[in-house]
Amino acid sequence: MISVNIDGKEVQVPEDSSILKAAEKAGIWIPTMCYSELFEPYGVCRLCSVEVIRGRRSRVVTACNYPVREGLTVLTNSEKIQWIRKMIMEMMLSRWPNVGVVKDMATRLGVTKPRFESLEKDEDPNACILCGMCVNACKELVKAEVLGFAYRGIKREVVLPFDKKSAECIVCGACAHVCPTGHVKMIIEDYRGKKPEFTLGAKTAIYVPSMQAVPRVPVIDTESCIHFKTDGCETCSKVCEPQAINYKMEDEIIEFEVGQILVATGFDIFDATPMAQYGYGRYDNVYSSLEFEYLLNSTGPTGGKILLKNGKEPRAVGIIHCIGSRDTNHHPYCSRVCCMYALKFAHLIHDRTRAAIYQFYIDMRAFGKGYEEFYSRLLNEGITMIRGKAAEVVEASKSKEDEGKLLIRCEDTLIGKFREIPVDMVILCNAIEPRKDSDTVKKLFSMSKSPDGFFLERHPKLDPTSTMTDGILIAGCAQGPKDIPDTVAQASSAAARILSLIAKGEVEIDPICATVQEEFCSGCKICNNLCPYSAIEFLIDKNISHVNEVLCKGCGTCVAACPSGAMTGSGFTDKQIYAELEGLLEI
Amino acid sequence: MSEFNPRIVGFLCNWCSYTGADLAGTSRLKSSPSIRIIRTMCSGRVDPTFVVKAFELGADGVLIAGCHFGDCHYQEGNYKTMRRVVLLKRLLYDLGIEPERVRLEWISASEGEKFTRVSNEFTEQIRNLGPINLEYLQNRISHSLNEPVEVI
Amino acid sequence: MSKPKLALYWAASCGGCEIAVLDIEEKILDVADFFDIVFWPVALDFKYKDVEAMPDKNIDLCLFNGSIRTSENEHLAHLLRKKSKVLVAFGSCAHEGCIPGLANLYKKEDILNFVYKESPSTINEAGIFPQTKFKVNGNEIDLPEFYESVKPLDEVVPVEYYIPGCPPQPPQILAVISLIIEGKPLPPPGSIVGAGEKTCCDECTRTREEKKIKKFYRPFEIVSKPDQCLLDQGILCMGPATRSGCGALCVSANMPCRGCYGAPPNSLDQGTKMISALSSVIDSQDPEEVERIINNIADLVGTLYRFSLPSSILKQKKILRSGQNASN
Repeated sequence: MISVNIDGKEVQVPEDSSILKAAEKAGIWIPTMCYSELFEPYGVCRLCSVEVIRGRRSRVVTACNYPVREGLTVLTNSEKIQWIRKMIMEMMLSRWPNVGVVKDMATRLGVTKPRFESLEKDEDPNACILCGMCVNACKELVKAEVLGFAYRGIKREVVLPFDKKSAECIVCGACAHVCPTGHVKMIIEDYRGKKPEFTLGAKTAIYVPSMQAVPRVPVIDTESCIHFKTDGCETCSKVCEPQAINYKMEDEIIEFEVGQILVATGFDIFDATPMAQYGYGRYDNVYSSLEFEYLLNSTGPTGGKILLKNGKEPRAVGIIHCIGSRDTNHHPYCSRVCCMYALKFAHLIHDRTRAAIYQFYIDMRAFGKGYEEFYSRLLNEGITMIRGKAAEVVEASKSKEDEGKLLIRCEDTLIGKFREIPVDMVILCNAIEPRKDSDTVKKLFSMSKSPDGFFLERHPKLDPTSTMTDGILIAGCAQGPKDIPDTVAQASSAAARILSLIAKGEVEIDPICATVQEEFCSGCKICNNLCPYSAIEFLIDKNISHVNEVLCKGCGTCVAACPSGAMTGSGFTDKQIYAELEGLLEI
Repeated sequence: MSEFNPRIVGFLCNWCSYTGADLAGTSRLKSSPSIRIIRTMCSGRVDPTFVVKAFELGADGVLIAGCHFGDCHYQEGNYKTMRRVVLLKRLLYDLGIEPERVRLEWISASEGEKFTRVSNEFTEQIRNLGPINLEYLQNRISHSLNEPVEVI
Repeated sequence: MSKPKLALYWAASCGGCEIAVLDIEEKILDVADFFDIVFWPVALDFKYKDVEAMPDKNIDLCLFNGSIRTSENEHLAHLLRKKSKVLVAFGSCAHEGCIPGLANLYKKEDILNFVYKESPSTINEAGIFPQTKFKVNGNEIDLPEFYESVKPLDEVVPVEYYIPGCPPQPPQILAVISLIIEGKPLPPPGSIVGAGEKTCCDECTRTREEKKIKKFYRPFEIVSKPDQCLLDQGILCMGPATRSGCGALCVSANMPCRGCYGAPPNSLDQGTKMISALSSVIDSQDPEEVERIINNIADLVGTLYRFSLPSSILKQKKILRSGQNASN
């Protein structure tokens, strides 16, 4: 630590600190225009000029990049400095009279009108003030080194290489982010990035997945993070005091040996984009149920306020049931939970706004404990229930004021009339559907799927948590649409089954198993590579094959393949099947 | 003349097709009663010998059904079945029996409707082919001896 | 005490089995010494009427080779059955039908037509075909009738034992005969004697790997490695589906096993069992490619059932009744 005297104040700062840092510590403001903590001081705006006194000599230096020395005396507000600052500001103001940051700084430094005219006067409020922030961000932070200066003197300007679109640019947007005047803009011509989970708000590359995430720590989206593209940036690491950010961490596959697996892979929600009549993805204020749930959440983008995309509160909200469910074109089944969450939405909208609420339903299915009561309560809250599936959602704005207004068209089957309801916001009750990767999961665990695409249970009534594969259990929406109490019940039952087997300590394996009758096996090796479980080993000393009973799953392929008939087994023997054939074909 | 009611043996794999047939049943779908089902753990258990034995015993057609490729409970038993059926059909053709009397289908546990369709279609197909007519096999049995023998 | 009586007869056969009996070499003298040979049309001059004149069960051991092709074959089978204590289906023809059995792939009329009329070397302008009755010098004589299909011996009469092989191997014949000569207990009736319980692979000395077949070769299409399993090399060897007993003769001569010893004890049908085995080791998961691979096999049915067609499950090519169209 060394001590420095700034404007008569003594401060202790580490060696190699800049005067600017020392002044900050001393609580003295030094104006800057091109300085950012994120990268090395550039010293181009000269606005941070200060007077440095050493013995009897005095010098003017730039505070941002001049390192302190022991016993240094700094004057930041001397007459000389004030004169320099004003001159700089007058020159800047004469060249860029309308740029916000320049005007603000000029006002602050007491410059109102420049005394002279600039030859390169630029009246654009977003003009480039040549601060070099963008160039430095690109070079030092992002390490892409795409942006640079061209030409000299008053002709100087920021350019891309050869003034062309550059393949080196990773479209990170750091330059636009640091630009103080808004001169650098992002123009996204071809957005190939992945679709964000919810389109309700932009996310940074480092983010906490959700407020309920366990553990609640931020994750880095390596596809978007600049560091993973150029090795640069590391801004998050610079600001993280506990130094918790580790860019070297990688996804790793950890193998566990387990005896039973509970498959509770959940569901996907039906994408309503193909149902063009409801305008999902076309109109700003048509939400999927999950998006609206996110909007309702106090940690969501609006902090739980129900707002339209333009920030206003909706005056009328339409909730359309059975989007993709109970629909022969999509899913014939009922998704079970939608009626109830639609009622919950209505209740919360009623609670938080003064909007009129319309529910468009086919049938109300309030099947669970307390659900019917909730439905009755909602009816008393003044919600309009319209029995009939909405036909379409169309744009209804006729003037600029009611831009974004929507119109829901439907047939009210209770009164037998066609109705058009104007609303501000539409919430779609998307169907619950099997996960996109359910086929892969199915194969992985040798499960089956029922016609609706959900995993098939062993028996629909008597064994709804087991599958055909021993040791593989299913629970929740992976097995079929269900609400939280049902899921909890099924998952608990599955867990109990797992525990009961663990407590027992042993498993019963299927008695169906192949065996080799050694006296008939000649070791032709037809069977050995047929077995997908490698249960057939070859005994070299005896020159015969042998079945490992523990590995054998009893499919019988080897029994069928054995040309000598030496392979047989318990269950489904040739003899049994011939007897079955004889019995079946007797009459 | 009464309509010819074929006798068809169906070898169904335990995991997909048998469950599929079960689903057809629980869904109250009307499947052809001509199909007489034998359950095997895997379609790969079906030995071509079973098929010719069924013909010998008077079956007019044989249906073999297993899981779709990639879905086999035993990973790839169904590929072996596929290869066996290709070769078996060739042999049946050489022996003068219409290869169409053997049908291989992939019916998953969820395809109860497909089981119904296949069984109805196949029954119709066999009805058009007519009875198998292997009467020449009648009375062609090997004589066997059971009494003990003394030569000298 | 008189010597036990031995009879040998050939029905539809090539005569190789008779040669095989002589191939036991000097031991034939022991046989001639031990037995009183009462009937052996190939070697000794006996007439059918001599046999007919015998009391029932007069012959102690009858080695019957050849399959049942004509009414004469059948008549003799019944006759010898009646006169013999022990009737042995000797050789592949009597056991399973053998090469003559491949005639079951054709109809009787087609065979007669070809042999007596259509074959390139036949001139039969008068259109003379075999008859069952013929008049000569005012007397009518009966001639054997050519049957529709070939049958193995046990389809006509019950037999005590089977000795497989085309022909049965002399050491095996000797072993069976010595059993009788030495008065040892005989196996239960219906047994296959003179053969093993395993398959040809058991006797084969070639090294076998786990099989994956991409292409089938006929023996002349490939220079096979002498010490490696022929099936591994893509040559269709019937060894895995054939009963042991021959000492893997063909394979040691670099030719694939043709299957003359018939199906092993637990196999119902040599051909379909072989199909099951072969298709299991074809290395392809694409139905079209499988089709291409099996198209490499020349004469599938003749390869799989070269010796066993009449005793296989389906026994013959399907006979079409008049009015029906052939499927091919």
